[in-house]
Amino acid sequence: MEKVTAHDLAKKQKEISVAEFFERNKHILGFGNQTRALVTSVKEGVDNGLDACEEVNILPEIYVEIKNNEDGESKLIIEDNGPGIVKRQIKHIFGRLLYGSRFHSVRQSRGQQGIGISAVVLYGQLTTGKHAKVISKIQEDRPATIMELAIDTNKNRAEVINQDIIHWDKPSGTRIEVSIIADYKRGKRFVYEYLQSTSIVNPHAQITFKESDGTEHIFERTSEMLPRKSVEIKPHPYGVELGTLIKIAKQTKSRKLSAFLKNEFTSMGDRTANAVCEKAQLEKYLNPKEMTREQFLSLHKAFKKVKIMAPPTDCLSPIGETLIKRSLKYETKEISPEFIITASRPPSAYTGNPFQVEVGLVYGGNLPMDANVRIIRFANRVPLLYQQGGCVITSAISSIDWRRYGLDQKSGKGMPSGPAIFLIHVSSTLIPFTSESKEAIADIPEIENEIKLALRICARKVQHHIHKKVKREKIKEKFELIKKILPEIANKSSKMLNKPLPSLDAVITKIMDVVWIEDFIEYEKISKKVIEEPVQMTLLDNKSKQHDDGTITKSKIKVINYKRSSQKFNLYVIIPEDAIVGTVKPKPTNINKNFIKWNLDSIPSSEKVDINFELAGLEEGDFDENDIYVEDINPSYVIGADKWEGE
Amino acid sequence: MRKDHNDVIKKIDLVALKIYNDLEKTEIPCIQLPIRSKSNIEFNEKFNVWKYGKNMIQRSAKSLDGAYMLLRTMYMIDFIKEMIKIKKSSTLREMYYISEGWDYAKFHSQNESNSLAEDLEVITSCMREDFKLRPEEDGARVIGNITIEELTRNNNKKKIHCQDDVGDSGYSIPYNVEPEKLSFKSADVDFIIAIETGGMFDRLVENRFDSSYRALLVHLKGQPARSTRRFIKRLSGEKNIPVLVFTDCDPWSYRIFASVAYGAIKTAHISEYLATPSSQYLGVTPSDIENYNLPTDKLTREDIKSLKSELTDPRFQDSFWKNEIKLQLKLGKKSEQQALAKYGLDYVTDTYLPEKLTEMGMVKK
Repeated sequence: MEKVTAHDLAKKQKEISVAEFFERNKHILGFGNQTRALVTSVKEGVDNGLDACEEVNILPEIYVEIKNNEDGESKLIIEDNGPGIVKRQIKHIFGRLLYGSRFHSVRQSRGQQGIGISAVVLYGQLTTGKHAKVISKIQEDRPATIMELAIDTNKNRAEVINQDIIHWDKPSGTRIEVSIIADYKRGKRFVYEYLQSTSIVNPHAQITFKESDGTEHIFERTSEMLPRKSVEIKPHPYGVELGTLIKIAKQTKSRKLSAFLKNEFTSMGDRTANAVCEKAQLEKYLNPKEMTREQFLSLHKAFKKVKIMAPPTDCLSPIGETLIKRSLKYETKEISPEFIITASRPPSAYTGNPFQVEVGLVYGGNLPMDANVRIIRFANRVPLLYQQGGCVITSAISSIDWRRYGLDQKSGKGMPSGPAIFLIHVSSTLIPFTSESKEAIADIPEIENEIKLALRICARKVQHHIHKKVKREKIKEKFELIKKILPEIANKSSKMLNKPLPSLDAVITKIMDVVWIEDFIEYEKISKKVIEEPVQMTLLDNKSKQHDDGTITKSKIKVINYKRSSQKFNLYVIIPEDAIVGTVKPKPTNINKNFIKWNLDSIPSSEKVDINFELAGLEEGDFDENDIYVEDINPSYVIGADKWEGE
Repeated sequence: MRKDHNDVIKKIDLVALKIYNDLEKTEIPCIQLPIRSKSNIEFNEKFNVWKYGKNMIQRSAKSLDGAYMLLRTMYMIDFIKEMIKIKKSSTLREMYYISEGWDYAKFHSQNESNSLAEDLEVITSCMREDFKLRPEEDGARVIGNITIEELTRNNNKKKIHCQDDVGDSGYSIPYNVEPEKLSFKSADVDFIIAIETGGMFDRLVENRFDSSYRALLVHLKGQPARSTRRFIKRLSGEKNIPVLVFTDCDPWSYRIFASVAYGAIKTAHISEYLATPSSQYLGVTPSDIENYNLPTDKLTREDIKSLKSELTDPRFQDSFWKNEIKLQLKLGKKSEQQALAKYGLDYVTDTYLPEKLTEMGMVKK
């Protein structure tokens, strides 16, 4: 028998590496069955396209097409209008597994959620034996590059089968065509759902999906604003793993331990760095390149023992309440929901990783009354389609008693049922997934808590909404009846006594004994015309130029005093943070980014006051209900507004 | 009953006028009436009965319920005036059905209409007979050595001896027992026994207790009707005959006694017409349960609640009732009149009643 050396073994190990790695792990990589393989392939391509566009501030236009052959083979085409890829990089990006620019960077991105587009290429090659085709164009006046690629599974390198230059109409962009074995029949519904969900949290993207039979679905862009760019930050000491710590130390330019800590990590100042060195019992002049494993270990342990400031959170790119509401509104048009409510929490951090939670809630309309509520989960703007049961989002929802908020729930725990859709978006520099398939967020107490807090805000808003409606309807009903009953009483008594009918208006006012607030909202389209010079105050004057054309939201509030004495109180209306306030009448006492406040001087009994204000920078429907609060008046006298609880 | 209907009309018109004037002065229309509950009854020294106190409630159009009540009041007043005009009367139940045509003023139950009729009595100090309203409850039965003269529907005065002229079911008390309808010609009895249950009434009749003990037996039929109470009150007062109340031994029966002796909470505005303050409670008492070793049932949760409520009822504040109620709560038991049959059918007439009557000084040994 021939003697096998370690070198031979090594050769063998290398030979099987990529293909076997893939084969062994395909279930956790999202290719476990033919349905999921289709969705994962679309997801990798679309995520890449969106990331690429945002990187260079282009509003994304994504095109997805699937051509299904009878033999179970599907041809997948994904195209974006991003910056394109320079020729020498194409083969690396599409032909090498685990190759990418952001593999070690700490920032919020979609890409950290998949193995990458090259896995799709590999999957296609393994299942159909066909090569992938990539077209990329990086500059408007230059031709596009077309490349046919295969992956050399022995070397984990791309093999360029063919390469040429072609004319492509797009100014720039990337297109990939891969043939894969997939269950198109079952998978297309998930592809649709995935793209629809993606569109909800990416309102700035236009996504087109062409089915095999030629049916085209267009998920329209509802916002012209690119999301705030997420900023790359250095790792936070709480979140760094030992291996990464050693790796960073090997590459650092710093020659002293204290400088290394300050330069390579976030939230580290002189004091904290010294404290860490002290706790680790390490000399702060130590050269990090010469440290032993034991020394790194004690440094790593020392990180956890020292109180270190939370990481900066401006690196996150949340969607924003207005855009969530707008997207949900657009996507649930056919349901015609009763209302849509959103809430967002300020950024927070878990073990050194900043994260932020935003939620949206769609209620009523044609949604089924008796089915479980629908939950749409997102991590860094990517929909999570599988493993709902194992996700911290699901457990957070289940732990809240929803029965008080118009939903059914057995014994106040578990999945609520009723006419509602919950949207939950977690953004973070590092989403803690439960496993490599990256479909469920792990049970991190800090994250669960933030989700719960956001849901509670939403729930309170729902309750507030329902309460206000019920109260108003009840009073309205009383109003209607009093208007019928009182004249009858007058009629009977005057007839019996042979006396003339008394006038009743003043009595009816006294019986109602409330301040009645009614409101409605109108939208006016304006084009290329500067908004009427703001009479009162305008916030962010510089911004208003961006909104020269668009929609003006006009809100009218009518306050009628049905009390028997004159009433004087303060009135607040909540406005969206991203709105620009135009004309406000009467003169408000205060405007800030959250509200407009009026001091209403003595409204005499039976008199009314009209309040009008205009908002720009919003689309039609973004602001569809006035949130009105009152102060310095017994709130039980007031119908149509609640007690102002302070900012 | 007031003979002068103009006076009644004047009084109910005042109610309508109050509402009208409120409207004209642009005030929210309202009427005031005493709170008709246990918390607002006071002992009236003059009549020795319990009547409503000074606590008033407002029925105001401010609330939707109040507005409905005022409208119904207007309709009811109108209806009463109409009946007086055309010289008709109606039962409370008929009025309830007539309200079907009153649109928004329609009653949802007969309790509502009965209670409003009572309210109107309270407000105007008239009686419902003045309003030409009568109950549909049939009067209770009477057997004993008395002679009654009744004005029949044919306008004949008819004398009835309540032993000789009636069968074993006795004389039936009409709903109107006022002097113009009914008078007592003679009464040769030593006391009146007012009996809660029909079974016991019949037992006493069959055993000829009315003859052997010179008793007038009156069947209360549970909570006695107004006419039964008025009948007892008049007879007792006019002929100076003591009244004894014989009921089951449970909290509900004590209320029957209270309504005969002190006046019922619901009709406290006319207690002086209905109550017989000198009435005495014969039994069955909680002490009897022990003394006669009677068969019992356990007190239910409602019984206990009701007994405790009686401990705070101003009508049950004397030492007899306090002791008996406390004893019953301690025993946790209740019993029925007919439980006396444990010792045989004649035990009640041969042993129990004679013993009790002797104890009370009604018969001499």
